[in-house]
Amino acid sequence: MSAPSVLFDAPGPKARARHNVLTAVGALLIVGVLYLAGARLAETGQLDAAKWAPFLTGTAWTAYLLPGLGATLTAAAISVVLAGIFGLIFGVGRLSTVRWIRIICGVVVEFFRAVPVLLMMYFAFTLYSRNGVFLPTINPLAAVVTALTLYNGSVIAELVRSGVHALPKGQSEAGLSIGLTPQQTLMTIQLPQALVAMLPALMGQLVVVIKDTALGYGITYMELLNQSKTLGSAYANTVPAYMVAAVLFIILNYAMTKLAGAVEARLRKRPITAGPTTTTMPNIVQGGAEPGGPTDDLIEPVHPQPPRD
Amino acid sequence: MGDIFARYDFFGAFWLTIQLSFWSALGALVIGTLVAILRVSPVPVFRLIGTSYVNLVRNTPLTLLMVSAILGLSLIMGLRLSNDVNMDVFLWAIVVLSVYHAAFVCEALRSGVNTIPTGQAEAARSIGLTFRQSLTEVLLPQAFRGAIAPLGSTLIALIKNSTVASVIGASEAAGLMATIVENETGGVAVFFLFALGFVILTLPLGVWFTSLSRRLAVKR
Repeated sequence: MSAPSVLFDAPGPKARARHNVLTAVGALLIVGVLYLAGARLAETGQLDAAKWAPFLTGTAWTAYLLPGLGATLTAAAISVVLAGIFGLIFGVGRLSTVRWIRIICGVVVEFFRAVPVLLMMYFAFTLYSRNGVFLPTINPLAAVVTALTLYNGSVIAELVRSGVHALPKGQSEAGLSIGLTPQQTLMTIQLPQALVAMLPALMGQLVVVIKDTALGYGITYMELLNQSKTLGSAYANTVPAYMVAAVLFIILNYAMTKLAGAVEARLRKRPITAGPTTTTMPNIVQGGAEPGGPTDDLIEPVHPQPPRD
Repeated sequence: MGDIFARYDFFGAFWLTIQLSFWSALGALVIGTLVAILRVSPVPVFRLIGTSYVNLVRNTPLTLLMVSAILGLSLIMGLRLSNDVNMDVFLWAIVVLSVYHAAFVCEALRSGVNTIPTGQAEAARSIGLTFRQSLTEVLLPQAFRGAIAPLGSTLIALIKNSTVASVIGASEAAGLMATIVENETGGVAVFFLFALGFVILTLPLGVWFTSLSRRLAVKR
């Protein structure tokens, strides 16, 4: 949080008095909103002890929430591994010296970035279940993993490419000058450094993947959201069930974001790559990367160096 | 193939996607700007409100927000936005998409604020502008111009995320595609048709925002 100090001076006595008034107003605002929400919840009986009691029993957790959390994490873990492989292959493909490989990989990556994840998920699910590609019980998981892999793999491919482009030119020049082929330079010098620099962004992408597994709700995948819906029907406490699911998602993703931040801070303190560290910022929007845009911008807007004058 | 155009409202579905995206983009821009102002405000409580909003919304899946809005708020708690069920779904989808993407608009604007050199804010203060004046006259205009590229990414993400409205029964493009591939043969062609629709919606926007961000970038 460096922004606020840029925007205003240290407050004087008058400003401090005004800030105190505003602080009171803000606090009242928070209390007011919480009160209104609470009143509405109480009015419709959502705060009744009977609706919250199931969360104190083991069954609600062992039968619904934990399996749901497990399914969410399973889908996310498989997707992120496959997306990493997909991204590596297509990212390297886009850096290839052979023109037609570059073009094919470019078209594939741009296409899957422009198509909504849910559209792919619906399609993959129908395709799998109609042709019996997998066991019927695995079809939803397979569809979720397929869609998430294709989309996030494409985003990672762009990260790989922009990571390599962001390295100082001297790195590839040094490789070429000691007689390595362009391919060897890429594989042994540029890629390892780019991958390390990408690490925080990759972890940020994991947050996107975890959130997007909830799309599996639309194709009957029993992840956390779907399980909490079932839980809500079982105990007639739909609203509390969603609230608990939301809290679980928020804790999970917030921890992931913090972890990514810590890794980034560590990398910046003890640089083991010549390139700039990619942060999580540009990728946290679902489908945040823009198709056809300048892919190098994936890195640049992250650390805008304010010019000192 | 032409059969599908005759029996399903392909263009109607995409028109709904466009309407959803348009109103949500407007809503997200308004809410996002307000939250961004809260996040850079000198009053700690306002900053706390802004930061909590962003952290809560950003870490919740859009699908969860969508489903709990329609099942929880509208159906169970009786917060109807319209007596017509379809209209209710449409309006709630706009509200949820606006609220969700506002967090990303806020972050985009904040990254825009970070591109402003310290000297600009210092100059604004030194000629005696108040916080509000320096914000509206000096900082926000530059922040918007610096934030165009991330705002464009957010808009494109919003258009793609409007498909999530299909899980609560809005008859937009992704929902229609799911119906068609389930009922008809030739699913692959249908998928590519709808995918092409989204490429047409998002690709020109991406190109336009890129050129816009170059043209409007504050020369420093």
